Amino acid sequence: MKHASQLESAPLTQERARPPAPRARRRAVRWTVVGVAVLFVSVLIGLFAGAVRIPPMSILGWMVGDGNLTEQQRAILAQLRLPRVVLAGLVGAALSVSGCAYQAAFRNPLADPYLLGSAAGAGLGATIVIVLGAAEAPFALPAAAFLGALMGVGLAYLMASTRAAGRTSTSLLLGGVAVASFLTAVQTYVQQRNTSDLREVYAFILGRLGTGGWHEVLLALPWVVLASAVLLASRRLLEVLSLGDLEAASLGAHVARDRAIVVIAASLATAAAVAVAGLIGFVGLIVPHAVRMATGASHRLVVGLSLLFGASFLILCDVLARTVVAPGELPIGVITAMIGAPFFAFVLRRSGGAR
Amino acid sequence: MHRIRSLGGLLLLALALAASACASSTSSSSAAAPSSVAPAFPTTIEAANGPLTLETMPTKIVSLSPTATEMLFAVGAGDQVAAVDSYSDYPAEAPTTDIAAYEPNVEAIAAYQPDLVVYTYDPGDLQKSLDKLHIPALMQPAAVTIDDVYAQLLQTGQVTGHETEAQAQVDDLQAQVAAVVADVGDAGAGMTYYYELDDTYYSLTSETFVGNLLGQLGLTNIADEAKGASSGYPQLSAEYIVAADPDLILLADTKCCGQDAASVANRPGWGGLKAVMHDGVVELDDDIASRWGPRIVQLLEQVGQAVKAQAAA
Repeated sequence: MKHASQLESAPLTQERARPPAPRARRRAVRWTVVGVAVLFVSVLIGLFAGAVRIPPMSILGWMVGDGNLTEQQRAILAQLRLPRVVLAGLVGAALSVSGCAYQAAFRNPLADPYLLGSAAGAGLGATIVIVLGAAEAPFALPAAAFLGALMGVGLAYLMASTRAAGRTSTSLLLGGVAVASFLTAVQTYVQQRNTSDLREVYAFILGRLGTGGWHEVLLALPWVVLASAVLLASRRLLEVLSLGDLEAASLGAHVARDRAIVVIAASLATAAAVAVAGLIGFVGLIVPHAVRMATGASHRLVVGLSLLFGASFLILCDVLARTVVAPGELPIGVITAMIGAPFFAFVLRRSGGAR
Repeated sequence: MHRIRSLGGLLLLALALAASACASSTSSSSAAAPSSVAPAFPTTIEAANGPLTLETMPTKIVSLSPTATEMLFAVGAGDQVAAVDSYSDYPAEAPTTDIAAYEPNVEAIAAYQPDLVVYTYDPGDLQKSLDKLHIPALMQPAAVTIDDVYAQLLQTGQVTGHETEAQAQVDDLQAQVAAVVADVGDAGAGMTYYYELDDTYYSLTSETFVGNLLGQLGLTNIADEAKGASSGYPQLSAEYIVAADPDLILLADTKCCGQDAASVANRPGWGGLKAVMHDGVVELDDDIASRWGPRIVQLLEQVGQAVKAQAAA
């Protein structure tokens, strides 16, 4: 495993070809500190900003246990604003780390967490529950979306595992595309047959953080933590997989098995995120790239940094979503794309397009 | 059932007429329909989609709009309706088919050999396709004010040969609206409301049809603060709704999204709201609330009752 990290940095700059140990470690520490600091500031901004103006000093006071907030302000902070910030962070972290894992596992820079049919599966699951009128039952909607997302990825795996092709990354990708198209078609059909539920289906598909509370946080938290832990622990594995199937195999990796672990973990995190927040595009695609380009770091470090910066990114996007037209709201997906794309272009230019 | 209701409305009307001066509304509306006796066909009207000429009285009408369906039946043209779209579920005797109003299949419409198609929304080439088949079509766009409702009722009467009934309907509606407004009086002054379209807090401003209608009760709409956010239908921040603490929460998402007073009370942070604690959560009928047909007066009555109850409490 050890020589893998050297291999990875080979095609890059002079600087990175040097013996990596102390320098890479310093960089890892530095960026981790930056990531934590940015996340902390993002959470603070998330708490300070909102449709209702609450003095920041009072909020700080409230955070340390005293303060002169009214009952209503306390309810807004504790039951609406804070859980929303936490949920945004959780979802952003989950999507970013999954995106990072997919991009490495499939060696495809365009891979995003929804690639393997998890989005289509979640959409179908949610649509069915809504159409059946069961969406009001506690947890029915997130549970259906969660199962749907996992079913989507599972189907992609089944399709890819033909004897001839084996589970190569390409066959898995193609399987995912086919499954996604099929599930989306089924979802559209079900939706067209029940257009009276259109509004609710779209509310789910467009993605939402606005109605999230501690319930949603608790629903998503265990899966996101579990999946993130697995992915963090497999960060070396990711680096090997990102070299390509043959190279990884020559380095002694059990390519199919290792990829399965990574994909299952990433899919769990994605499914949890989709279940509580619907489909929020762009986050999983751009955050890992932006982190990689900005830090010049390898997959090993990018996994952890994607968690931190992904959380910050979605928290800040959500701040915009709920303040730009306050007291109205903008769809979160609009913000992630409108902020994300130019930011991505900026990082791309600055880094000279390094991968 | 609704017959009894409108009888009750007529009684209210009599009372209201005695109590307040409503003569202006009746006289202006009778001026709007000059000839209600003369045989009406052939007739040409100026519709939203251009001039429309009908040589004879249509007897095989296809309606692609639940509102239009309600209006057709309200003016007494129900017998002339051959088919209505899948959402047209009122009145019960409407010949509901599975024609999709939002993606109408012109062949499916043509199969009924209609001599008039009434629609609200053209998703693309509905009008063009109907023109090619020489099927007369009448577009009745969504109403913005209650006067649009009256105008569409009269128009529906005119194209179906039921001008007299349409005029009577309009008179009746105007009187009922006036009666509710008079009944509520200034109980609604200074009262605020939040109107919920779905459970992600989409709402509507006073510029919309429903907002306009409820404004007649003197209520203030909390969504008006978000006017810039969208064309009349902003999505509101939960924390803004909680901070605004409206006197009334009007749920127009009881059918679509299964919301009711209990589910609103259970939302995080909503439990302490005035409306939640003092029975100010009103469960509306989504269908009535999203159409601009003759039943809007039921919506107005229901909200009017809630306003009076809140004012009394």
